[in-house]
Amino acid sequence: MKICVLVKEVPDAAVEKRIDPSTGRMDRSGEKNLNPYDTHAIEAAMQIREGGVAPVEEIVAVTMGPESAVRALHKAVSLGADRSVHLSDPAVAGSDVAATGYALAKTLQRESPDLVLLGQQSDDGECYTIGAVVAEHLGMPSLTQVIKMDVADGALRCERQAEYGYDTVQVGLPAVISVGDAINEPRYPSLKAIMGAKKKPLDTVGVGDVGIDASKVGGDNSAAQWVAAKAPPAKAAGEIIEDEDTGETVEKIIAWLDERKLI
Amino acid sequence: MPNILVYALHYEGAINKNSLGAVSEGAKLAAELGGEAHAILLGEGVPHELAATLGKYGAAKVLVAEGPEGLAQPLVDAMAAAISGGDYKYALFGGGLLGFEIGAGLAARLGAGVAMEVTGVRAEGGELIAERPILGDSAISEIKYRSPVGIIIGRLNAFELNDASGADAPVEQLSFELSAHAGQAKMLTRGEQRGADVDIEGASILVAGGRGLGKAEGFQLCEDLAAAFGGNTAVAATRAVVDAGWYPYAAQIGQTGKTVAPKLYLAAGISGAIQHKVGMQSSENIVAINKDSNAPIFEFSDLGIVGDLNKILPKLTEAVKAKKAS
Repeated sequence: MKICVLVKEVPDAAVEKRIDPSTGRMDRSGEKNLNPYDTHAIEAAMQIREGGVAPVEEIVAVTMGPESAVRALHKAVSLGADRSVHLSDPAVAGSDVAATGYALAKTLQRESPDLVLLGQQSDDGECYTIGAVVAEHLGMPSLTQVIKMDVADGALRCERQAEYGYDTVQVGLPAVISVGDAINEPRYPSLKAIMGAKKKPLDTVGVGDVGIDASKVGGDNSAAQWVAAKAPPAKAAGEIIEDEDTGETVEKIIAWLDERKLI
Repeated sequence: MPNILVYALHYEGAINKNSLGAVSEGAKLAAELGGEAHAILLGEGVPHELAATLGKYGAAKVLVAEGPEGLAQPLVDAMAAAISGGDYKYALFGGGLLGFEIGAGLAARLGAGVAMEVTGVRAEGGELIAERPILGDSAISEIKYRSPVGIIIGRLNAFELNDASGADAPVEQLSFELSAHAGQAKMLTRGEQRGADVDIEGASILVAGGRGLGKAEGFQLCEDLAAAFGGNTAVAATRAVVDAGWYPYAAQIGQTGKTVAPKLYLAAGISGAIQHKVGMQSSENIVAINKDSNAPIFEFSDLGIVGDLNKILPKLTEAVKAKKAS
Protein backbone atom coordinates (compact mmCIF):
# COMPACT_ATOMS: atom_id res chain seq x y z
CA MET A 1 0.00 0.00 0.00
CA LYS A 2 1.23 3.46 -0.86
CA ILE A 3 0.01 6.37 1.22
CA CYS A 4 0.29 10.00 0.17
CA VAL A 5 -0.17 12.63 2.84
CA LEU A 6 -1.10 16.14 1.75
CA VAL A 7 0.63 18.76 3.85
CA LYS A 8 0.72 22.51 3.88
CA GLU A 9 2.96 25.24 5.09
CA VAL A 10 1.07 27.79 7.19
CA PRO A 11 2.03 30.96 9.02
CA ASP A 12 3.11 30.16 12.55
CA ALA A 13 0.18 30.40 14.97
CA ALA A 14 1.96 33.14 16.88
CA VAL A 15 2.25 35.33 13.79
CA GLU A 16 -0.51 37.82 13.21
CA LYS A 17 -2.12 36.98 9.88
CA ARG A 18 -3.24 39.70 7.52
CA ILE A 19 -4.54 40.34 4.03
CA ASP A 20 -2.31 42.09 1.53
CA PRO A 21 -4.51 45.03 0.49
CA SER A 22 -2.93 45.21 -2.98
CA THR A 23 -3.88 41.65 -3.95
CA GLY A 24 -6.73 40.78 -1.59
CA ARG A 25 -4.87 37.56 -0.85
CA MET A 26 -3.51 36.37 2.44
CA ASP A 27 -0.08 37.70 3.20
CA ARG A 28 1.80 34.43 3.60
CA SER A 29 5.16 35.96 4.48
CA GLY A 30 6.70 35.65 7.92
CA GLU A 31 7.45 32.59 10.07
CA LYS A 32 6.03 29.38 8.65
CA ASN A 33 5.48 25.92 9.92
CA LEU A 34 3.81 22.64 9.01
CA ASN A 35 0.04 22.96 9.42
CA PRO A 36 -0.49 21.37 12.86
CA TYR A 37 -3.58 19.46 11.65
CA ASP A 38 -1.43 17.69 9.06
CA THR A 39 0.70 16.06 11.74
CA HIS A 40 -2.36 13.94 12.64
CA ALA A 41 -2.55 12.72 9.03
CA ILE A 42 1.12 11.71 9.03
CA GLU A 43 0.67 9.97 12.37
CA ALA A 44 -2.38 8.12 10.97
CA ALA A 45 -0.24 6.89 8.07
CA MET A 46 2.48 5.76 10.49
CA GLN A 47 -0.05 3.87 12.59
CA ILE A 48 -1.34 2.01 9.54
CA ARG A 49 2.26 1.08 8.72
CA GLU A 50 3.02 0.00 12.28
CA GLY A 51 -0.33 -1.75 12.67
CA GLY A 52 0.85 -4.31 10.15
CA VAL A 53 -2.64 -5.24 8.86
CA ALA A 54 -1.84 -3.78 5.46
CA PRO A 55 1.84 -3.60 4.47
CA VAL A 56 2.78 0.00 3.67
CA GLU A 57 5.54 0.26 1.11
CA GLU A 58 5.80 3.99 1.12
CA ILE A 59 4.54 7.16 2.75
CA VAL A 60 4.95 10.21 0.54
CA ALA A 61 4.38 13.79 1.71
CA VAL A 62 2.96 16.04 -1.00
CA THR A 63 2.62 19.80 -0.94
CA MET A 64 1.94 22.75 -3.19
CA GLY A 65 3.49 26.07 -2.32
CA PRO A 66 6.40 28.44 -2.72
CA GLU A 67 10.04 27.48 -2.20
CA SER A 68 9.78 27.91 1.56
CA ALA A 69 7.28 25.03 1.69
CA VAL A 70 10.17 22.55 1.66
CA ARG A 71 10.44 23.16 5.39
CA ALA A 72 6.94 21.74 5.86
CA LEU A 73 8.05 18.73 3.81
CA HIS A 74 11.18 18.29 5.95
CA LYS A 75 9.00 18.33 9.04
CA ALA A 76 6.65 15.78 7.44
CA VAL A 77 9.59 13.53 6.64
CA SER A 78 10.98 13.89 10.16
CA LEU A 79 7.60 12.66 11.41
CA GLY A 80 7.77 9.53 9.29
CA ALA A 81 7.25 10.15 5.56
CA ASP A 82 9.81 8.35 3.37
CA ARG A 83 10.11 11.03 0.73
CA SER A 84 8.29 14.09 -0.54
CA VAL A 85 6.95 15.79 -3.64
CA HIS A 86 6.79 19.56 -3.94
CA LEU A 87 4.61 21.19 -6.56
CA SER A 88 6.24 24.57 -6.90
CA ASP A 89 5.36 26.74 -9.86
CA PRO A 90 4.49 30.41 -10.19
CA ALA A 91 1.55 29.32 -12.37
CA VAL A 92 -0.32 27.94 -9.35
CA ALA A 93 0.15 30.98 -7.11
CA GLY A 94 -3.11 32.47 -5.92
CA SER A 95 -5.21 29.43 -6.84
CA ASP A 96 -8.55 29.16 -5.05
CA VAL A 97 -9.67 25.99 -3.28
CA ALA A 98 -11.07 24.39 -6.44
CA ALA A 99 -7.93 25.10 -8.50
CA THR A 100 -5.62 24.04 -5.66
CA GLY A 101 -7.51 20.76 -5.32
CA TYR A 102 -7.21 20.17 -9.05
CA ALA A 103 -3.46 20.86 -9.04
CA LEU A 104 -2.90 18.59 -6.04
CA ALA A 105 -4.98 15.83 -7.63
CA LYS A 106 -2.82 15.95 -10.78
CA THR A 107 0.32 15.81 -8.63
CA LEU A 108 -1.08 12.83 -6.70
CA GLN A 109 -2.15 11.04 -9.87
CA ARG A 110 1.50 10.58 -10.83
CA GLU A 111 2.08 8.76 -7.56
CA SER A 112 -0.96 6.43 -7.92
CA PRO A 113 -1.58 6.22 -4.16
CA ASP A 114 -3.85 3.64 -2.54
CA LEU A 115 -4.73 6.12 0.15
CA VAL A 116 -4.53 9.90 0.38
CA LEU A 117 -4.61 11.36 3.88
CA LEU A 118 -4.87 14.96 4.95
CA GLY A 119 -5.65 17.05 8.05
CA GLN A 120 -9.15 18.29 8.74
CA GLN A 121 -8.35 21.91 7.99
CA SER A 122 -5.50 24.29 7.45
CA ASP A 123 -4.52 26.57 10.26
CA ASP A 124 -4.63 29.64 8.03
CA GLY A 125 -7.26 29.50 5.31
CA GLU A 126 -9.66 27.57 7.52
CA CYS A 127 -11.04 25.58 4.62
CA TYR A 128 -12.32 22.10 5.37
CA THR A 129 -12.94 21.25 1.78
CA ILE A 130 -9.75 20.43 -0.09
CA GLY A 131 -10.10 16.67 0.47
CA ALA A 132 -13.50 16.54 -1.22
CA VAL A 133 -12.16 18.49 -4.21
CA VAL A 134 -9.12 16.24 -4.58
CA ALA A 135 -11.26 13.09 -4.29
CA GLU A 136 -13.64 14.23 -7.00
CA HIS A 137 -10.77 14.88 -9.42
CA LEU A 138 -9.21 11.52 -8.62
CA GLY A 139 -12.55 9.73 -8.84
CA MET A 140 -12.07 8.29 -5.35
CA PRO A 141 -14.51 7.96 -2.45
CA SER A 142 -13.85 10.40 0.35
CA LEU A 143 -14.73 11.19 3.92
CA THR A 144 -13.72 14.11 6.13
CA GLN A 145 -13.31 14.52 9.91
CA VAL A 146 -12.51 10.86 10.44
CA ILE A 147 -11.57 10.12 14.06
CA LYS A 148 -11.05 6.35 13.86
CA MET A 149 -9.80 4.38 10.89
CA ASP A 150 -9.06 0.68 10.50
CA VAL A 151 -7.86 -1.15 7.42
CA ALA A 152 -9.52 -4.50 6.72
CA ASP A 153 -9.96 -6.51 3.53
CA GLY A 154 -8.79 -3.78 1.19
CA ALA A 155 -11.18 -1.23 2.62
CA LEU A 156 -11.26 1.29 5.45
CA ARG A 157 -13.69 1.29 8.30
CA CYS A 158 -14.01 4.92 9.33
CA GLU A 159 -15.80 6.62 12.19
CA ARG A 160 -16.68 10.25 12.35
CA GLN A 161 -19.03 12.63 14.01
CA ALA A 162 -21.66 14.06 11.68
CA GLU A 163 -24.81 16.11 12.16
CA TYR A 164 -26.82 13.49 14.02
CA GLY A 165 -24.21 11.55 15.98
CA TYR A 166 -21.41 9.15 15.13
CA ASP A 167 -21.39 7.49 11.72
CA THR A 168 -19.41 4.40 10.75
CA VAL A 169 -18.66 4.23 7.06
CA GLN A 170 -16.91 1.60 5.01
CA VAL A 171 -14.77 3.17 2.30
CA GLY A 172 -13.21 1.16 -0.52
CA LEU A 173 -9.61 1.86 -1.54
CA PRO A 174 -8.18 3.89 -3.13
CA ALA A 175 -9.71 6.73 -1.11
CA VAL A 176 -9.14 10.25 0.16
CA ILE A 177 -9.58 10.63 3.91
CA SER A 178 -9.26 13.78 5.93
CA VAL A 179 -8.65 13.01 9.58
CA GLY A 180 -9.91 14.92 12.61
CA ASP A 181 -7.47 15.98 15.30
CA ALA A 182 -9.01 13.50 17.75
CA ILE A 183 -7.75 10.54 15.70
CA ASN A 184 -4.36 10.36 17.42
CA GLU A 185 -1.66 12.15 19.35
CA PRO A 186 1.14 12.85 16.87
CA ARG A 187 4.58 11.75 18.02
CA TYR A 188 7.50 14.10 18.36
CA PRO A 189 10.23 13.60 15.78
CA SER A 190 13.52 12.23 17.09
CA LEU A 191 16.63 14.37 16.76
CA LYS A 192 18.00 11.79 14.35
CA ALA A 193 14.87 12.04 12.19
CA ILE A 194 15.07 15.83 12.16
CA MET A 195 18.74 15.71 11.15
CA GLY A 196 18.07 13.08 8.49
CA ALA A 197 15.00 14.76 6.97
CA LYS A 198 16.97 16.88 4.52
CA LYS A 199 18.67 13.79 3.12
CA LYS A 200 15.43 12.04 2.14
CA PRO A 201 14.45 12.30 -1.53
CA LEU A 202 12.54 15.43 -2.43
CA ASP A 203 11.07 15.72 -5.89
CA THR A 204 10.29 19.26 -7.03
CA VAL A 205 7.82 19.43 -9.91
CA GLY A 206 6.18 22.14 -12.01
CA VAL A 207 2.78 22.18 -13.69
CA GLY A 208 4.18 20.65 -16.90
CA ASP A 209 5.71 17.70 -15.05
CA VAL A 210 2.41 16.47 -13.67
CA GLY A 211 0.10 17.39 -16.55
CA ILE A 212 -1.66 20.35 -14.96
CA ASP A 213 -3.58 22.48 -17.45
CA ALA A 214 -2.11 25.90 -16.63
CA SER A 215 -5.30 27.62 -17.81
CA LYS A 216 -7.16 26.04 -14.86
CA VAL A 217 -4.88 27.24 -12.06
CA GLY A 218 -3.53 30.47 -10.58
CA GLY A 219 -5.31 33.51 -9.23
CA ASP A 220 -6.45 34.78 -12.60
CA ASN A 221 -7.95 31.45 -13.62
CA SER A 222 -9.69 30.71 -10.35
CA ALA A 223 -13.48 30.65 -10.54
CA ALA A 224 -13.93 32.21 -7.12
CA GLN A 225 -12.64 35.73 -7.08
CA TRP A 226 -11.90 37.55 -3.84
CA VAL A 227 -12.89 41.10 -4.49
CA ALA A 228 -12.13 42.92 -1.26
CA ALA A 229 -11.33 42.52 2.37
CA LYS A 230 -13.27 44.74 4.73
CA ALA A 231 -13.53 45.04 8.47
CA PRO A 232 -16.39 43.29 10.24
CA PRO A 233 -18.89 45.35 12.25
CA ALA A 234 -17.08 46.60 15.33
CA LYS A 235 -17.85 44.70 18.50
CA ALA A 236 -17.11 46.22 21.87
CA ALA A 237 -14.03 44.54 23.27
CA GLY A 238 -14.64 42.44 26.34
CA GLU A 239 -13.01 43.06 29.66
CA ILE A 240 -9.85 41.03 30.34
CA ILE A 241 -8.51 40.03 33.74
CA GLU A 242 -5.01 38.64 34.07
CA ASP A 243 -5.10 36.25 36.99
CA GLU A 244 -2.37 37.18 39.43
CA ASP A 245 -4.14 36.89 42.76
CA THR A 246 -6.82 34.25 42.27
CA GLY A 247 -8.86 35.41 45.30
CA GLU A 248 -9.04 38.88 43.79
CA THR A 249 -9.81 37.51 40.31
CA VAL A 250 -12.72 35.49 41.66
CA GLU A 251 -14.07 38.54 43.50
CA LYS A 252 -14.03 40.47 40.26
CA ILE A 253 -15.85 37.66 38.41
CA ILE A 254 -18.53 37.49 41.11
CA ALA A 255 -18.98 41.27 41.00
CA TRP A 256 -19.24 41.16 37.20
CA LEU A 257 -21.86 38.40 37.34
CA ASP A 258 -23.73 40.14 40.14
CA GLU A 259 -23.89 43.40 38.21
CA ARG A 260 -25.61 41.54 35.36
CA LYS A 261 -27.89 39.62 37.73
CA LEU A 262 -26.47 36.31 36.60
CA ILE A 263 -26.01 34.94 40.07
CA MET B 1 -33.79 31.97 -15.35
CA PRO B 2 -31.11 32.45 -12.69
CA ASN B 3 -32.32 29.76 -10.34
CA ILE B 4 -30.71 28.62 -7.10
CA LEU B 5 -30.46 24.95 -6.12
CA VAL B 6 -30.50 24.48 -2.35
CA TYR B 7 -29.36 21.32 -0.59
CA ALA B 8 -31.60 20.16 2.25
CA LEU B 9 -30.41 17.64 4.83
CA HIS B 10 -32.99 15.40 6.45
CA TYR B 11 -32.88 12.65 9.05
CA GLU B 12 -35.60 10.44 10.47
CA GLY B 13 -38.45 12.37 8.89
CA ALA B 14 -37.33 15.89 9.77
CA ILE B 15 -35.46 18.51 7.80
CA ASN B 16 -32.37 20.05 9.39
CA LYS B 17 -32.89 23.55 10.73
CA ASN B 18 -29.84 24.93 8.92
CA SER B 19 -31.24 23.60 5.68
CA LEU B 20 -34.51 25.42 6.33
CA GLY B 21 -32.42 28.56 6.81
CA ALA B 22 -30.62 27.90 3.52
CA VAL B 23 -33.93 27.40 1.68
CA SER B 24 -35.26 30.64 3.22
CA GLU B 25 -32.10 32.50 2.15
CA GLY B 26 -32.17 30.91 -1.31
CA ALA B 27 -35.80 31.96 -1.83
CA LYS B 28 -35.01 35.55 -0.85
CA LEU B 29 -31.95 35.74 -3.13
CA ALA B 30 -33.67 34.03 -6.05
CA ALA B 31 -36.48 36.59 -5.87
CA GLU B 32 -33.87 39.37 -6.05
CA LEU B 33 -32.27 37.72 -9.07
CA GLY B 34 -35.63 37.14 -10.77
CA GLY B 35 -35.44 33.36 -10.51
CA GLU B 36 -36.62 30.53 -8.31
CA ALA B 37 -35.14 28.56 -5.45
CA HIS B 38 -35.41 24.79 -5.79
CA ALA B 39 -34.52 22.40 -3.01
CA ILE B 40 -33.08 18.91 -3.31
CA LEU B 41 -33.39 15.98 -0.91
CA LEU B 42 -31.72 12.62 -1.33
CA GLY B 43 -32.38 9.43 0.54
CA GLU B 44 -33.96 6.04 0.63
CA GLY B 45 -37.62 6.65 -0.09
CA VAL B 46 -37.83 10.30 0.98
CA PRO B 47 -41.56 10.97 1.63
CA HIS B 48 -42.86 13.47 -0.90
CA GLU B 49 -45.07 15.03 1.81
CA LEU B 50 -41.90 15.91 3.76
CA ALA B 51 -40.21 17.33 0.65
CA ALA B 52 -43.28 19.44 -0.20
CA THR B 53 -43.06 21.27 3.15
CA LEU B 54 -39.94 23.09 1.90
CA GLY B 55 -42.38 25.16 -0.16
CA LYS B 56 -43.38 26.88 3.07
CA TYR B 57 -39.86 28.31 3.29
CA GLY B 58 -39.95 29.51 -0.29
CA ALA B 59 -38.82 26.60 -2.48
CA ALA B 60 -40.73 26.83 -5.78
CA LYS B 61 -40.01 23.18 -6.48
CA VAL B 62 -38.43 20.28 -4.60
CA LEU B 63 -36.38 17.57 -6.26
CA VAL B 64 -36.25 14.19 -4.60
CA ALA B 65 -33.49 11.73 -5.50
CA GLU B 66 -33.16 8.09 -4.51
CA GLY B 67 -29.78 7.11 -3.08
CA PRO B 68 -27.72 6.26 0.01
CA GLU B 69 -28.28 8.73 2.86
CA GLY B 70 -25.73 10.56 4.97
CA LEU B 71 -22.90 10.57 2.42
CA ALA B 72 -21.73 13.46 0.29
CA GLN B 73 -20.76 11.99 -3.05
CA PRO B 74 -24.22 10.66 -4.06
CA LEU B 75 -25.46 14.23 -3.65
CA VAL B 76 -22.65 15.54 -5.84
CA ASP B 77 -23.90 13.18 -8.55
CA ALA B 78 -27.55 14.15 -8.02
CA MET B 79 -26.94 17.90 -7.87
CA ALA B 80 -24.67 17.80 -10.93
CA ALA B 81 -27.45 15.97 -12.80
CA ALA B 82 -30.05 18.53 -11.69
CA ILE B 83 -27.79 21.43 -12.67
CA SER B 84 -27.01 20.01 -16.11
CA GLY B 85 -30.73 19.53 -16.78
CA GLY B 86 -31.89 22.85 -15.32
CA ASP B 87 -31.24 26.52 -15.36
CA TYR B 88 -29.15 27.04 -12.25
CA LYS B 89 -26.73 29.81 -11.54
CA TYR B 90 -25.95 29.03 -7.91
CA ALA B 91 -25.94 26.11 -5.51
CA LEU B 92 -26.50 26.98 -1.87
CA PHE B 93 -25.72 25.01 1.30
CA GLY B 94 -26.47 25.68 4.98
CA GLY B 95 -23.65 25.01 7.39
CA GLY B 96 -22.67 21.53 8.41
CA LEU B 97 -20.30 18.72 7.60
CA LEU B 98 -22.19 17.27 4.64
CA GLY B 99 -22.84 20.68 3.10
CA PHE B 100 -19.11 21.37 3.07
CA GLU B 101 -18.30 18.02 1.50
CA ILE B 102 -21.03 18.15 -1.13
CA GLY B 103 -20.35 21.78 -2.04
CA ALA B 104 -16.63 21.15 -2.47
CA GLY B 105 -17.17 17.99 -4.51
CA LEU B 106 -19.70 19.77 -6.70
CA ALA B 107 -17.25 22.63 -7.27
CA ALA B 108 -14.67 20.12 -8.51
CA ARG B 109 -17.22 18.31 -10.69
CA LEU B 110 -18.50 21.51 -12.32
CA GLY B 111 -15.26 23.48 -12.32
CA ALA B 112 -17.17 26.00 -10.25
CA GLY B 113 -16.01 28.63 -7.81
CA VAL B 114 -16.79 27.94 -4.18
CA ALA B 115 -16.94 30.08 -1.06
CA MET B 116 -17.31 28.48 2.35
CA GLU B 117 -18.07 29.74 5.87
CA VAL B 118 -20.24 32.38 4.23
CA THR B 119 -22.12 34.61 6.68
CA GLY B 120 -23.97 36.83 4.21
CA VAL B 121 -24.96 36.90 0.56
CA ARG B 122 -26.25 39.83 -1.45
CA ALA B 123 -27.55 40.26 -4.99
CA GLU B 124 -25.91 42.98 -7.05
CA GLY B 125 -26.32 43.54 -10.79
CA GLY B 126 -27.93 40.14 -11.28
CA GLU B 127 -25.13 38.32 -9.48
CA LEU B 128 -24.57 37.06 -5.99
CA ILE B 129 -21.66 38.18 -3.85
CA ALA B 130 -20.75 36.02 -0.89
CA GLU B 131 -19.24 37.43 2.29
CA ARG B 132 -16.84 35.29 4.22
CA PRO B 133 -15.15 36.22 7.48
CA ILE B 134 -11.46 35.30 7.52
CA LEU B 135 -8.46 35.49 9.83
CA GLY B 136 -10.40 34.55 12.93
CA ASP B 137 -13.27 36.81 11.88
CA SER B 138 -11.06 39.91 11.98
CA ALA B 139 -11.79 40.69 8.31
CA ILE B 140 -14.47 39.90 5.76
CA SER B 141 -13.65 38.98 2.20
CA GLU B 142 -16.14 39.19 -0.64
CA ILE B 143 -16.29 36.49 -3.25
CA LYS B 144 -17.62 36.78 -6.79
CA TYR B 145 -17.96 33.96 -9.27
CA ARG B 146 -16.47 33.71 -12.74
CA SER B 147 -17.87 30.23 -13.40
CA PRO B 148 -21.35 29.56 -14.89
CA VAL B 149 -22.40 28.13 -11.52
CA GLY B 150 -21.29 29.58 -8.18
CA ILE B 151 -21.27 27.54 -5.00
CA ILE B 152 -22.06 29.09 -1.65
CA ILE B 153 -21.58 27.17 1.58
CA GLY B 154 -22.97 29.00 4.58
CA ARG B 155 -21.62 29.05 8.07
CA LEU B 156 -23.74 27.20 10.61
CA ASN B 157 -26.72 29.33 11.70
CA ALA B 158 -25.78 32.12 9.29
CA PHE B 159 -29.03 31.97 7.33
CA GLU B 160 -32.21 32.84 9.17
CA LEU B 161 -35.45 30.98 8.74
CA ASN B 162 -38.31 32.94 7.25
CA ASP B 163 -41.83 32.79 8.70
CA ALA B 164 -42.69 29.66 6.69
CA SER B 165 -45.85 31.25 5.34
CA GLY B 166 -45.58 29.71 1.86
CA ALA B 167 -47.60 26.84 0.45
CA ASP B 168 -46.40 23.29 -0.14
CA ALA B 169 -44.20 23.01 -3.23
CA PRO B 170 -44.56 20.60 -6.12
CA VAL B 171 -42.21 17.62 -5.81
CA GLU B 172 -40.36 16.02 -8.72
CA GLN B 173 -38.47 12.76 -8.67
CA LEU B 174 -34.94 13.31 -10.03
CA SER B 175 -33.22 10.48 -11.80
CA PHE B 176 -29.43 10.41 -11.81
CA GLU B 177 -26.62 7.92 -12.04
CA LEU B 178 -24.49 7.12 -9.02
CA SER B 179 -20.81 7.47 -9.97
CA ALA B 180 -18.48 4.52 -9.42
CA HIS B 181 -16.53 6.22 -6.65
CA ALA B 182 -19.67 7.34 -4.82
CA GLY B 183 -20.67 3.68 -4.72
CA GLN B 184 -17.41 2.86 -2.92
CA ALA B 185 -18.58 4.33 0.40
CA LYS B 186 -21.20 2.52 2.47
CA MET B 187 -22.86 3.74 5.63
CA LEU B 188 -22.66 0.97 8.23
CA THR B 189 -24.25 2.78 11.16
CA ARG B 190 -25.53 6.33 11.28
CA GLY B 191 -26.32 8.77 14.06
CA GLU B 192 -24.99 6.68 16.93
CA GLN B 193 -25.33 8.53 20.26
CA ARG B 194 -22.42 8.11 22.63
CA GLY B 195 -22.60 8.75 26.33
CA ALA B 196 -25.48 9.86 28.51
CA ASP B 197 -28.43 11.85 27.24
CA VAL B 198 -28.20 15.35 28.71
CA ASP B 199 -30.18 18.47 27.92
CA ILE B 200 -28.15 21.61 27.34
CA GLU B 201 -30.45 23.46 24.97
CA GLY B 202 -32.90 24.55 27.65
CA ALA B 203 -30.30 25.67 30.22
CA SER B 204 -30.07 29.32 31.18
CA ILE B 205 -26.51 28.92 32.45
CA LEU B 206 -23.96 26.68 30.75
CA VAL B 207 -20.53 25.79 32.10
CA ALA B 208 -18.64 24.47 29.09
CA GLY B 209 -15.36 22.61 29.14
CA GLY B 210 -12.70 22.09 26.47
CA ARG B 211 -9.35 20.47 26.00
CA GLY B 212 -7.81 22.88 28.51
CA LEU B 213 -9.40 20.77 31.28
CA GLY B 214 -6.54 18.37 30.59
CA LYS B 215 -8.37 15.09 31.17
CA ALA B 216 -11.85 13.60 31.47
CA GLU B 217 -11.73 14.03 35.25
CA GLY B 218 -11.25 17.77 34.69
CA PHE B 219 -14.97 17.98 33.96
CA GLN B 220 -15.58 17.56 37.67
CA LEU B 221 -14.53 21.21 38.05
CA CYS B 222 -17.27 22.20 35.58
CA GLU B 223 -19.83 19.94 37.26
CA ASP B 224 -19.03 21.46 40.63
CA LEU B 225 -19.37 25.01 39.36
CA ALA B 226 -22.65 24.15 37.61
CA ALA B 227 -23.96 22.63 40.85
CA ALA B 228 -22.99 25.79 42.73
CA PHE B 229 -24.99 27.94 40.31
CA GLY B 230 -27.85 25.45 40.71
CA GLY B 231 -31.25 25.89 39.10
CA ASN B 232 -31.31 25.66 35.36
CA THR B 233 -27.55 25.14 34.88
CA ALA B 234 -25.94 22.44 32.76
CA VAL B 235 -22.47 21.37 31.65
CA ALA B 236 -21.53 21.44 27.97
CA ALA B 237 -18.47 20.42 25.96
CA THR B 238 -16.47 21.02 22.78
CA ARG B 239 -16.13 18.54 19.93
CA ALA B 240 -12.49 17.82 20.75
CA VAL B 241 -13.29 16.52 24.24
CA VAL B 242 -16.40 14.64 23.10
CA ASP B 243 -14.39 12.90 20.38
CA ALA B 244 -11.79 12.10 23.03
CA GLY B 245 -14.53 10.44 25.06
CA TRP B 246 -14.33 12.83 28.04
CA TYR B 247 -17.97 13.91 27.89
CA PRO B 248 -21.21 12.72 26.25
CA TYR B 249 -22.02 13.68 22.68
CA ALA B 250 -25.42 15.08 23.74
CA ALA B 251 -23.59 17.90 25.56
CA GLN B 252 -21.58 19.01 22.55
CA ILE B 253 -21.84 22.53 21.21
CA GLY B 254 -20.85 23.66 17.74
CA GLN B 255 -20.72 22.74 14.08
CA THR B 256 -21.77 19.11 14.45
CA GLY B 257 -23.34 19.57 17.87
CA LYS B 258 -25.98 21.81 19.38
CA THR B 259 -26.56 25.51 19.08
CA VAL B 260 -27.23 27.31 22.34
CA ALA B 261 -27.98 30.83 23.53
CA PRO B 262 -28.06 30.81 27.35
CA LYS B 263 -28.05 33.88 29.59
CA LEU B 264 -24.55 32.99 30.75
CA TYR B 265 -21.97 30.89 28.95
CA LEU B 266 -18.92 30.16 31.00
CA ALA B 267 -16.16 28.57 28.92
CA ALA B 268 -13.33 26.80 30.73
CA GLY B 269 -10.26 25.73 28.75
CA ILE B 270 -11.94 26.38 25.41
CA SER B 271 -9.84 28.07 22.72
CA GLY B 272 -12.86 29.26 20.73
CA ALA B 273 -12.32 27.66 17.33
CA ILE B 274 -14.83 28.79 14.75
CA GLN B 275 -16.59 25.39 14.80
CA HIS B 276 -17.34 26.00 18.47
CA LYS B 277 -18.11 29.69 18.12
CA VAL B 278 -20.93 29.12 15.63
CA GLY B 279 -22.78 27.09 18.24
CA MET B 280 -22.64 29.56 21.14
CA GLN B 281 -21.98 33.07 19.88
CA SER B 282 -25.58 34.15 20.49
CA SER B 283 -25.18 33.61 24.24
CA GLU B 284 -26.15 36.76 26.17
CA ASN B 285 -23.02 36.86 28.34
CA ILE B 286 -19.81 35.01 27.57
CA VAL B 287 -17.17 34.49 30.24
CA ALA B 288 -13.99 32.68 29.22
CA ILE B 289 -11.17 31.25 31.31
CA ASN B 290 -8.07 30.22 29.38
CA LYS B 291 -4.36 30.21 30.13
CA ASP B 292 -3.47 31.31 26.60
CA SER B 293 -3.96 35.06 26.25
CA ASN B 294 -3.99 34.62 22.45
CA ALA B 295 -6.95 32.20 22.50
CA PRO B 296 -9.55 33.29 19.92
CA ILE B 297 -12.31 33.03 22.53
CA PHE B 298 -11.10 36.27 24.11
CA GLU B 299 -12.01 38.03 20.86
CA PHE B 300 -15.70 37.41 21.46
CA SER B 301 -16.06 37.00 25.21
CA ASP B 302 -17.55 39.72 27.39
CA LEU B 303 -15.30 38.85 30.30
CA GLY B 304 -12.03 37.03 29.74
CA ILE B 305 -9.82 35.62 32.46
CA VAL B 306 -6.26 34.72 31.52
CA GLY B 307 -5.18 32.14 34.04
CA ASP B 308 -5.07 28.55 35.22
CA LEU B 309 -8.57 27.07 35.40
CA ASN B 310 -7.39 24.51 37.95
CA LYS B 311 -6.75 27.37 40.35
CA ILE B 312 -9.67 29.59 39.38
CA LEU B 313 -12.60 27.17 39.03
CA PRO B 314 -12.50 25.68 42.56
CA LYS B 315 -12.31 29.15 44.12
CA LEU B 316 -15.03 30.44 41.83
CA THR B 317 -17.23 27.50 42.81
CA GLU B 318 -16.76 28.33 46.49
CA ALA B 319 -17.43 32.01 45.86
CA VAL B 320 -20.63 31.28 43.92
CA LYS B 321 -21.82 29.03 46.75
CA ALA B 322 -21.04 31.75 49.31
CA LYS B 323 -22.81 34.37 47.23
CA LYS B 324 -25.86 32.13 46.84
CA ALA B 325 -25.97 31.54 50.59
CA SER B 326 -25.71 35.21 51.48
